Amino acid sequence: MPALIQVENLKKYFPVGGKLLVKQWVKAVDGVSFEIYEGETLGLVGESGCGKSTTARLLLRLEEPTDGKVLFEGKNIYKLRGRELKEFRRKANIVFQDPYTSLDPRMTVFDIIMEPIRVHKIDVGDPEQYVLKLLYEVGLNESHMYRYPHEFSGGQRQRIAIARVLALRPKFIVLDEPTSALDVSVQAQILNLLKDLQKKYNLTYLFISHNLAVVRYMSHRIAVMYLGKIVEIGDAEEIFESPLHPYTRALISLIPVPDPFQARKRKKLMIQGEPPNPINPPPGCRFHPRCPFAKDRCKKEEPKLIEYSKGHYVACWLYS
Amino acid sequence: MPGHPLDRLSDAFISLIARVMTRVNPKWLERNRYKLEEWRLMLYALNRSPTGIAGLILAMGFVFIGIFGPYIAPHSYDFSYIAATGKYKLYWLAPPGTGGAILGTDDLGRDLLSQLLYGARISLVVVALVLPVGISIGVILGLLAGYYGGAVDEAIMRVTDIFLAFPGLILALALTSALTMRIAYAIANNPWLTSFVSAVFALKPSDALNIAPTLAIIVALWLVWWPGYARLVRGMTLQQKGNVFVMAAQALGMSSREIMFKHILPNILGPLLVFMTLDVGNVILVEAGLSFLMGGQIKIPEWGAIVQHGSQYLVNGAWWLLIFPGLAILLAVLGWNLFGDALRDILDPRTRRSIEFR
Repeated sequence: MPALIQVENLKKYFPVGGKLLVKQWVKAVDGVSFEIYEGETLGLVGESGCGKSTTARLLLRLEEPTDGKVLFEGKNIYKLRGRELKEFRRKANIVFQDPYTSLDPRMTVFDIIMEPIRVHKIDVGDPEQYVLKLLYEVGLNESHMYRYPHEFSGGQRQRIAIARVLALRPKFIVLDEPTSALDVSVQAQILNLLKDLQKKYNLTYLFISHNLAVVRYMSHRIAVMYLGKIVEIGDAEEIFESPLHPYTRALISLIPVPDPFQARKRKKLMIQGEPPNPINPPPGCRFHPRCPFAKDRCKKEEPKLIEYSKGHYVACWLYS
Repeated sequence: MPGHPLDRLSDAFISLIARVMTRVNPKWLERNRYKLEEWRLMLYALNRSPTGIAGLILAMGFVFIGIFGPYIAPHSYDFSYIAATGKYKLYWLAPPGTGGAILGTDDLGRDLLSQLLYGARISLVVVALVLPVGISIGVILGLLAGYYGGAVDEAIMRVTDIFLAFPGLILALALTSALTMRIAYAIANNPWLTSFVSAVFALKPSDALNIAPTLAIIVALWLVWWPGYARLVRGMTLQQKGNVFVMAAQALGMSSREIMFKHILPNILGPLLVFMTLDVGNVILVEAGLSFLMGGQIKIPEWGAIVQHGSQYLVNGAWWLLIFPGLAILLAVLGWNLFGDALRDILDPRTRRSIEFR
């Protein structure tokens, strides 16, 4: 499979502190490399503040990176200008986490869904027919066309947001925690809708979430992020069945299990403490202060992402 | 919601809009049903606010008299009973009710009521010329500063600060005295400008030159009126910029200009409209104040100038020359302020709810 998106050593530092003081940087994303193949879903997991959403915004060039590049269909997106950039914007888009602020409250559903078409000046024939087709596709109908966002539930709004993104027939969609603001009962509907659309249109997803069960359900491959770095990346089933990195192992061992007998039998890998401050990440391996297996080497040298088994990469001194 | 006698009127108004728009475009009603319903609720809320209704009546009265005042005035603004009848003793500072002069006359025997009616036109034109320009400059600069941030923001807001730090009235006063002669010169040299100005202000072409100070005041107010709007709009833009739909529009490849005018501006229009309404009164007041301070053109029926001119004759007991123009200014300003206050409550859905169920 060819890589649709290739991320190379991507970095994003945000300045903090006053102008007169010595400038400090939050290293939100600090040297991330991965690929996303056409037609697949790459799950990106990690705790809040680890740089997931910043990575997503960088991939769509909603932020300019401090360093590194992102190749989309072989072209560095940060070098695109004019028509090429607009073409990229048509092919790659995003569904946001919060459907309550991601739709303009002053626009009707019709205008919201037509907006991308107008921006890109695409001829779709009868606009009403086109919008209607998209509404049906995401499970809404003609009675919703001229209503305003506040008349809808969270799940319905997320459907509108998806229809709006679909309007441009994109290749790549970033799903930035698309279901975490929704009720559990609605989550499954939206996830299934996204899966169906992926099959139908051969879409490529970057699925961001902190909910591991949801990520497992959605993803073909999974990347685990910790404090601005990817610590493990590999096949979804393999990550869940045989996680390598202590952080991944801890995360997976802590997924709640519905059966209490099963749950008692399971060995839980607890990690202590809070994630460190991203302004001053610990030297060596960033996870070492919280890692139960930390050795002297972990405190001094930073482990590189190495291929442990085929397609399964890990950045940990336990495996090299 | 308990019924209100005015609700039926509102319903009739709303269905009239619906009928007219449906005739223009058959699908209009289907597409704007929600908007129409919201307008209806706004009218219902207005019906339940007595001060709002009073403000609306006064404000509309000001606009009506501003447009039609010169036509309903019993005499022309420069008509003098003394010149017409030769009865100097009777019509010199005649009190209200004297032989045809309902609100009395001034020292030249001119009819005060007619002067006030013509004065409303001048006030209205000043408002109509000052606000759109001041607001446009302020809104555009505020949007740019708030949206782009950084160096653009710094540059625009520091200039705004300079204007705000300098007392607006003094600046306007200085500009007015500096500009008056130039504008008078321009009017004198352009016949079309003469006829345009006299038509707009409902004056005789021979008096067009005397309106120069008022035009100077308008230009001066353009310069001092935008900073308030720039600051207001910048703040609201910053607030709206944080909304995810702005980032969603960026992800679509929308240009910054489109995002500012299609997403941010419509979302700040409500509070902006309230501010504008309250500001109409301010313009009337400041313009009257400036024409008062400038000494006032005796030939021009400006409300501020009438007060200034009439104040000299208070010792002669001519109270009507102060009270009536003062009252005209008061009612116009009060009307717009009351209406603006009501509008604020009506446009905000949270407070609207509390009015609806009162």
